[in-house]
Amino acid sequence: MTDRDSARVRVRIRFTKLGKVQWTSHRDVARMWERAFRRVGLPLSYSEGFSPRPRVSFGLALPTGHESLAEYLDVELSDLTGVDIPGLPARLSAALPSGVDATAVEILPPGTPSLQEDVIACTWRWVAAPGEGSEPIGPEALEARVSSILAAPSVVVIRNRKGALQAEDVRPGILKLQLSGPAGSDPSQGMWLEADLACRPRSLRPSEVLAALGADLEERSVRRTHQWILREGARREPLVVAGPDVATDAPHALERAS
Amino acid sequence: MTSLWPQIERILPKVSKPARYIGCEDGALPPGPIENRVSWLLIYPDAYEIGLPNQGLQILYEIINERDDARAERAYSPWTDMEREMRRRGLPLFSLESHHAAGDFDLLAFNLSAELVYTNLLNCVDLAGVPVRSEARRPDHPLVVAGGHCTFNPEPLADFVDLFVIGDGEEVVTEITEAVRQWKAGGRTAGSRQRILHDLATVPGVYVPSCYDVTYDGPNLVSVVPRYPDVPERVEKRTVADLAAWPYPRRQLVPMTEVVHDRLNVEIFRGCTRGCRFCQAGMITRPVRERPVDQVLEMVSTGLRRTGYDEVSLTSLSSADFSGIDHTVRSIVEDPQCSGNGSYPVSVSLPSLRVDAFTVGVAAEIQKARRTGLTFAPEAGTWRMRQVINKLITEEDLYGAVESAFSQGWRRVKLYFLTGLPTETDEDTVGIAALARNCVAVGRSHCRSASVTASVGGFVPKPQTPFQWYGQDTIASLQHKIGLLREATHRDKGVQLRWHDPKASLAEGIASRGDRRVGAAIEEVWRRGGTFQEWSEHFSLDLWTEAMASCGLSIEWYVHRERDRDEVLPWSHVSAGLHEDFLWQEWQDALSAAGTPDCRWTPCYDCGACTGYGLEHVVASAVAPAGGSQGTGQDLSRGSEVPVFLRPRIPAGARA
Repeated sequence: MTDRDSARVRVRIRFTKLGKVQWTSHRDVARMWERAFRRVGLPLSYSEGFSPRPRVSFGLALPTGHESLAEYLDVELSDLTGVDIPGLPARLSAALPSGVDATAVEILPPGTPSLQEDVIACTWRWVAAPGEGSEPIGPEALEARVSSILAAPSVVVIRNRKGALQAEDVRPGILKLQLSGPAGSDPSQGMWLEADLACRPRSLRPSEVLAALGADLEERSVRRTHQWILREGARREPLVVAGPDVATDAPHALERAS
Repeated sequence: MTSLWPQIERILPKVSKPARYIGCEDGALPPGPIENRVSWLLIYPDAYEIGLPNQGLQILYEIINERDDARAERAYSPWTDMEREMRRRGLPLFSLESHHAAGDFDLLAFNLSAELVYTNLLNCVDLAGVPVRSEARRPDHPLVVAGGHCTFNPEPLADFVDLFVIGDGEEVVTEITEAVRQWKAGGRTAGSRQRILHDLATVPGVYVPSCYDVTYDGPNLVSVVPRYPDVPERVEKRTVADLAAWPYPRRQLVPMTEVVHDRLNVEIFRGCTRGCRFCQAGMITRPVRERPVDQVLEMVSTGLRRTGYDEVSLTSLSSADFSGIDHTVRSIVEDPQCSGNGSYPVSVSLPSLRVDAFTVGVAAEIQKARRTGLTFAPEAGTWRMRQVINKLITEEDLYGAVESAFSQGWRRVKLYFLTGLPTETDEDTVGIAALARNCVAVGRSHCRSASVTASVGGFVPKPQTPFQWYGQDTIASLQHKIGLLREATHRDKGVQLRWHDPKASLAEGIASRGDRRVGAAIEEVWRRGGTFQEWSEHFSLDLWTEAMASCGLSIEWYVHRERDRDEVLPWSHVSAGLHEDFLWQEWQDALSAAGTPDCRWTPCYDCGACTGYGLEHVVASAVAPAGGSQGTGQDLSRGSEVPVFLRPRIPAGARA
């Protein structure tokens, strides 16, 4: 290990993806961050070779069209000298598009597992609304569908995997599923759902849970609110946002007028 | 005026690449009202990822938005899946900043960089809820404007576009804004649309087709003449004399999603006098106007810091010809402001590399960070052919460039060629294969895996060039030539051959030199669903041939026929400043394979571009840049001496 290598430090950043920017892809977000890092002049550590890339690793991909209060990335810095860690979230947020805000930054102790290895589940909130041309579905009927899924030993959905149809039991991945109120005064606006979905052996998506609830439903306003890792038998977030936990108490907090 | 965003957002989950419809780019205007000001919707009629980087559109966007009494927003052609969803729901074309309906703007202004987007222009006008034909529009409809290189033959779109801007748009956009402001103040009453169009027709550089009468004699065009005494017989292009006065874009848009040319772009000069006879851009953008080096460096430095890009492209038609290019790129690479105080490497790219070893040396120097491919454009396979097209690079220039590239670590080089050129013989065509093969041989002495990609396009003659009279090659002939090349290269492992679809060249040929009657065929192609014709998955030649037939128009006559000197060309009433006898002389010289050197460093041959406008080439240095003949094949032994004298003009008709 050279002196240069030993100075390298991994930093974990938690950020949001809210408003119009939710329609960008995972790759788009990666490019936004690379530009933001350069704009704030962070001393990034680069890979070797003809096309050096900064060493940034993103956690679970967020599907395009979903919002999040809890996105994470790990970035390797070549040197911490002169880097103001507490001031970093504000500087990064100013260099990022509206809707993408850094909400917490922490230096990772050596040996910390990567996000891909560590995250076991995510909490999601979204609206189950009647699909185009479908009748509105009342709260009781939806409640009954939720209960029947939770009571079932297995829930098989057909997935389209690279063109091949595949039957898969999604029930083990549904750790928690509940209704949390109407999305609007009119039943056609649907109901809020809240779910904890496992990331092992693969990440279950809200859309798959919704498909299991009925083909007459359409997802809207999907938002990841938490990612969870396991430490000493208890689940916790990879980084905690300072201040009150707005995520669970007020689903519309941090909403941007866009 | 309400935003359509809630309805648009509802359909985004159903479409591909939804980020194309959200706006939000760094550098874009925040949402805002468009009432009580002159509102422009600047539209690039192709997909977002192609249109977003367009510098012309971005320059006008900033100039308009610097005014208190005007506002410019942007739109691009919605992709076919998005269009389907929009039409199903009755959603109109919308702007990206405020998601306002396009029909609410005062002007829909299109950038036309390629002929095959013409049907997309019609589609955008229709999606805006505006009649596609100008004559059907009422005073409350927006004015439909078009600018860009294609407007040097405006006739194929003359029935659909209310006014064309010919040439540089920086100044005229303000004059149009003023006129429209007064029109709005007057209440856009009945009959006022004709009045504002008549007024605009008197603005220099503006062409209003409805103010001109066209007469034909059978298939032949007889005349295009103004209906009013105050409307010019010939519309002269606009030219900004000093690029230093226009340091735009100051805030280049940084897209949120993947686009072409996703990097900082700084225009280092406009115009080119290499004089390649096939090149419309080089003919219509004369004279050469360089941006001062200090301003280039300032724009690069502030641009990189603002955007967070680590790559800058110094754009122009031939960037290695910029005076002091060497100094400029070195300054960028060495400026700590450009690389986060040295914390990351910055790349500089030069589009359209000149073919010589000097250029490759610069490229090697500046692309230490990230090596992109090297592309050269010898354009033709034999020296005779290159004299015909006036691309005066010798084989030695090319081998020197290739030698330099392979010896400095490149393993693959791309070469661009045209086929279907005037006087081209089979020998000239297979010369392409020979050149490519020889380049591989040069490369193999440095790297065993050296390879060369030869990319071959079918030549489409363009208006306002010396080849405007030439009868375009047929599909059968182009296919024969491609066949010869495939045969000549199929045993060469080091040579990869790529070619452009000759069918697309034919459709481009129809739109390129068409007259006003071709508009009906373009409309027919659009009505039959022919949008995104630049995209191979959507292009259909059958649509074009059927549309031409249904309009009673002959493809042979419009595309493959060689024109006479006496013929009234459809664009004769539009001027790029070039004397007609200069273009004709160049055409005659082409046919006798005689080259014309670059007038920046050799005597003036009076093409008309400078003298007609009281302009001169603006170059920082009167000395040709280092590097031997610079691919011009001209004698530079006179050093810094730049003699200027005017060649006497040959009166029209004296040479037949």
